[in-house]
Formats: sequence, structure tokens, C-alpha cells
Amino acid sequence: MSTVATVGPRATAGGFDLARALKEAGLAAFVAFVLFVPLAGFKLVGQEGQLALEYRPHWVLIGTAAVFVGHLAINFIRAMRGPSQRARGEAGAMARFFTVHARWFGLAAALLAFLLPFTPLGNRYVVDVATTVLIYVMLGWGLNIVVGLAGLLDLGYVAFYAVGAYSYALFAQWFGLGFWEALPIAGVLAAIAGILLGFPVLRLRGDYLAIVTLGFGEIIRVVLLNWYDVTNGPDGISGIPRPTFFGLEFKRYSPDGMTFSQFFGIEYSSLHRVIFLYYLILILALITNWFVLRIRRLPIGRAWEALREDEIACKALGINPTNTKLTAFALGAMFGGFAGSFFATRQGFISPESFTFIESATILAIVVLGGMGSQIGVALAALVIVVLPELGREFEQFRMLLFGAAMVGIMVWRPRGLLAFREPTVRLHGRGQGEEAPR
Amino acid sequence: MLYFLQQLINGLTLGMMYGLIAIGYSMVYGIIGMINFAHGEIYMIGAFISIIAFLLLGVLGVTWIPLALLLVLLIAMAFTAAYGWTVERLAYRPLRGSFRLAPLISAIGMSIFLQNYVQLLQGANVKAVPPIITGGWILAEQDGFAVRISNVQIMIILLTLVLMAIFSWIIANTPLGRAQRACEQDLKMAALCGVNVDRTISLTFVMGAALAAVAGLMATLYYGVVDFFIGFLAGIKAFTAAVLGGIGSIPGAMLGGLLLGLVEAFWSGYFTTEYKDVAAFSILVIVLIFLPTGLLGKPEIEKV
Repeated sequence: MSTVATVGPRATAGGFDLARALKEAGLAAFVAFVLFVPLAGFKLVGQEGQLALEYRPHWVLIGTAAVFVGHLAINFIRAMRGPSQRARGEAGAMARFFTVHARWFGLAAALLAFLLPFTPLGNRYVVDVATTVLIYVMLGWGLNIVVGLAGLLDLGYVAFYAVGAYSYALFAQWFGLGFWEALPIAGVLAAIAGILLGFPVLRLRGDYLAIVTLGFGEIIRVVLLNWYDVTNGPDGISGIPRPTFFGLEFKRYSPDGMTFSQFFGIEYSSLHRVIFLYYLILILALITNWFVLRIRRLPIGRAWEALREDEIACKALGINPTNTKLTAFALGAMFGGFAGSFFATRQGFISPESFTFIESATILAIVVLGGMGSQIGVALAALVIVVLPELGREFEQFRMLLFGAAMVGIMVWRPRGLLAFREPTVRLHGRGQGEEAPR
Repeated sequence: MLYFLQQLINGLTLGMMYGLIAIGYSMVYGIIGMINFAHGEIYMIGAFISIIAFLLLGVLGVTWIPLALLLVLLIAMAFTAAYGWTVERLAYRPLRGSFRLAPLISAIGMSIFLQNYVQLLQGANVKAVPPIITGGWILAEQDGFAVRISNVQIMIILLTLVLMAIFSWIIANTPLGRAQRACEQDLKMAALCGVNVDRTISLTFVMGAALAAVAGLMATLYYGVVDFFIGFLAGIKAFTAAVLGGIGSIPGAMLGGLLLGLVEAFWSGYFTTEYKDVAAFSILVIVLIFLPTGLLGKPEIEKV
């Protein structure tokens, strides 16, 4: 029984053993049948204590048949293709190419991003989606400091995002601060939240840290939901002021001073603000990237990576693990806070709904799919994770189902992420190539 | 005093359910060192299968409650165990030996998948079940306040105790239990000594899923409402319980579950219900600061 396969056997080179494949597909179909009978075969209908069953035997049969055929097809394709790529040891070829030429890819991508609003593609919808992608890129880069560089598993990153968003919203509401004044405050507050959380828990082992950060994320959400006097509870905060371009507002008319279109003498268009927000997050994200790339070469950055690899050796070398981890936590949180502020000013409305666990999971998935520590990988993964569901708009109800399945699938197919190839940051021998930190 | 007693009963009931789910986390963590994030969803699936089994037995004419309960228990355990087995086979086994975060991401993906799978198949609305076990006892009465224990609560506490006894016996006395303990100590060495590691891990998932299914059945009877989202909070609470008790330790998981249930019950009894989750997580943080391996966890010796 232990070889029963719903995934399939390791196909031997060439040759397709039909009898064996049929037997295995049959077993997989049997397992699928057992799984589908209770949940697909019957549906609970009716409400208010008057539940009844609806019978759907055809669903079970269709599902079972699909698993049988699918299993057979996968086995067949595997047998045709010969041993899997992984077995031939070619897995990292593409990733290697990408990573070695990361600088050029990065520059090209940044250039493309800068030109996007002026290309024929740059309509309102595309720029809007691109803005969302960039928010996730920035969050991914921020979390990358914590997870990718320092190797600390943070399942509650969205808490800092929420702190940033609510800081800006509340400062704007109570003290009338604008986006630019509130941005640094939001970052600092998020960093303080990171330190407050990190201080007691960073001595813990990895998995304990994971659950405590997860709990912290939930605590922040519950507080936002219940602290009516300040956060307005589940109704959220609306009317958050939009950012200005050096004091110029993006409106048709402004009661105080000039608007953006008046100042530059161009016709007013609501698209201006969308494009401005796009550039804003692009620049914020690039600053994050630049910051991370630079700090990796500072002693603190080296200490993070060393700590990730071997904590005991670090202690022996005189690195203070708690302080080092705390810095990573605080800096990661700070970028989360910046991104949160941007999110608040872009949406103009925030509520605890936007800061659920699924958001944390998405950001973490971006970092891990991107290959943990690879900057360009994170950007690529953010693009995949945000754009894929956008493409699947017609399959609205299947979106999250496919998202979950894709997470499992990518992990099984490529456990080290899309761009897993990693050059060592420092090398003892050989000049030139080893000195540069890879992106 | 009576109020205190009442909260104690409620807390124990809640804690038993958390404990049953927590055991699944703790066992899996003990053996392969991963957080099986989809375990909460397994519990939710157990609750759904229980309701469906109840209704089906009603249609088939099995109306004698004790028999129906027993059958539902067995059906739910069996089918939910199949889900546990499949999840391990599809999402975790291919990742064995890969780096630490990969199974966790895969587990989070599995959790999202299962939630939406059930939502698509069964609809998003809350399923309300009429009370199946009714009645209860009044233990004490004073000044118009009565301490009640319902038959459901008695059943939950007894069933948990019985299952725990069976379970401890399996771990201590059967070849499977021996294999599990061997794998927990050293996976590689156990394999070298002839323990079928893959099979042991599969069976661990099956056992964990079966216990989670029992907790799902209990939640169905106790709360009477089930929806596709109940697994998330129950899952993280139960994981909290497992960590609280010292992850990897089975009595610890039960103890952590009880403690968490009591904290929640007393917090909602004496303070506010809104912040009971905050209280639960705060307890976790406080315990971990002073006892970094949980209440009954073994201190981990790091070898260089």
C-alpha cells in the first residue's frame, strides 16, 4: 500500500508500463472516490435547523473519472519525457541565468516599469493592477529582510502593514497630517511595533516565532475590529486624504492653492492621480530595493545572513543574535508600515477586512516562491501572484481554490522557489564576480 | 463561586476539543518537525462529514441516538482520516527532506485549497444543526443561579478521556506506537533500523485526522453551527495549545488545550468576549517567555 500513488511513480527512462499505470490510476481513483463521496456526493441544503441532503452521485462519478484520466495522463507524459528534470540536475539552469544577470534584468524591469504608463498598454486598469503588484513587491522586499535574509519565519507581517495604514489614517483624521508628513511617522510606529513584538519572542526557536507572530497579527486585527472609539471598528476609516505632488492636489479645483493640472497648464484628467500613485509606489519600492541591497553588504546585513545559516557559530563569533534579529524585524516592519501608508492613501478607505491572515500568507508565499532572499525573484513572484487571479476573473469562485492549489503545486515542483539559485554574498578567493551581492 | 464552577465546566469542555485537535499538530511536529497548517481544515471537514452522516442515518431510519452517534463517530473518523492521508501524500511527502519553509508554505496552500473546496461543494452559508443530544443536569443552585452541565458536555468530556486512554495505549504498547516514538527520536536512524518511515508518518496523519474529526463532531453537537471557515481559528488556537503544552508532547497538547479552554472561558466569563482571542495569545507569549519549550516540552539540546 505504501506505493499507492496519487502523484505517480517515478517513471523509468522511456517505456510506458500500461498495466502498472492503469493499476495506479485505479487506486488513485478509488482514493478520490472515498474523498468525494461525503463532501461532493451530498450537499447540505436548507437553513435554520431544517437541513436536508441533496444527492449528487454524478459529481462523485465525474470527479473520480477526472482523477483516473488525469493520473493516467500525467504518468503517460512523464514516461514520454523520460526522467524528470530534477533527476537530471538541470533544475537551476534558468534560475542561474536569471540570477547571474540579475542586474540587467533588474534594470530592464525598472525601465519598463517607468515607461509603462506611456506605452499603449498603459490604460487605467493596467496601471491600477501594476500599482497593486508594486505594493506586493514592496511588501515582499520588506518581508524578505526578515524571512529571506535573517531567516525568521514571520506569519503576521500584515500586522505592520495594518499599523502603517492605520497610523496614516488616524494622523490624517485627528491631526490633519498629509501623506508626506505621516509617512515617516507610520514607518517609525510600525518599526516600534516590530520591536515591541520582537523583544519578548526573538529568543524563541523558529516555529514558536511563527505562531507568536501569527497570533500577533490576529491580535492587531481583533483590536482594530473592537476598539470602536479609535478605529471605528469593522466600518473602517474613510475619507483618507490623497497624496499631493509637492503640495499640488490632484483635483479639478482646489480651494487652497493650485492643483496639479493648473500648475502645469494641462487639462485635468482623473488618470493623473492613478499614474502619480503608480510612480509613487514604484519609487518607494525601488528605495526599498536599494536599501536592502546596500544593507546586505553592511556588517549588520552580513550578520543576518550568517545568523540564518548558523546561529551557534554566530554567537561564538560575538554577534548578538537578539539585537541582530531585532534590527531585521524592525526594518522589515518599517517597510511594511510605509507600504501600509501608501495603501491607505491609495484606497482612501481602510478597514480590518484588508488585514487578514490570508494577506500575510500571500506576502510570505511571494517571498518563498521568489526564492527566499532573491530580490528579482520576489518581484517576479509578486507579479505572478497578483496577475494570475486577475486573469482568472471569469473563474471568480475558483480563484482562491486555484491559488491554494498553485501554492502547493509550485512548492512540490520547485521547493526552493522560482529563482532558487543563490550566489554566496562573499567569497574568499577570486576577485570580481564574488564581490558583488546578487540581487 | 457557582459562577466560577460554571465557567470551569465550560472551559473544560472547550479545552477538551482544543486538546483533541492539538494532538494532531503535536504528533506531526514531533515526528517531521513541520506545522501542519491544514489540520484546522481537517477538523472543519470532520464537522461537515459528521452532519452529513447524521442526516444520512436519519434518512436510513437509524434514529436510536446512541447507535447513531457511534456510527457517525466511526464514519466521520474514517472519511476524515482519508483526507488526512491524502493531504500528507499530495502536499507533504514530495517535500520531505526539502528546506524548512517549503512544507509550511505547501500546508498554507493546502489550507486555502481545502477551505475553498468545501465552500464550493457545500456553499458558503452557515449550517445550523438542530440539537441532537438534549437535556442536562443541575449540579448546584443558589440565589436563582444554577450550575448546569449538559449531556453534550458530559459526552465530550467522557469521549475525550476514553479516546485519550486508547490513544496513549496505542502509543505505548503497539508496534505502530513504537515506530512513531522511534521516528520522533531520530528519523534516519529509525529508517536504518527497519522502521517504515513513510508508512509511520502516513499513519500519524491518519490518527491526527481521526482525532480532529471527533473534535469536529463535538463542535457540531456543542455549538450546532458549522461553516467552511471554522477551521482557521480552531486550527491556530489548537496549535497555540500544542505550543503552550510543549510541542511534540501528547500529554502536553492535552494540557495546553485545557489551559487554553479555561483561559478563554474565564476571560469571557469575567471580562469581555471580544478580546478572548487576545487573551489566549497573550497567555501563549507569557508562557513562552518564561518556559521557552512550553509546559511539558523537552528542552532541545543543540548539537554543534
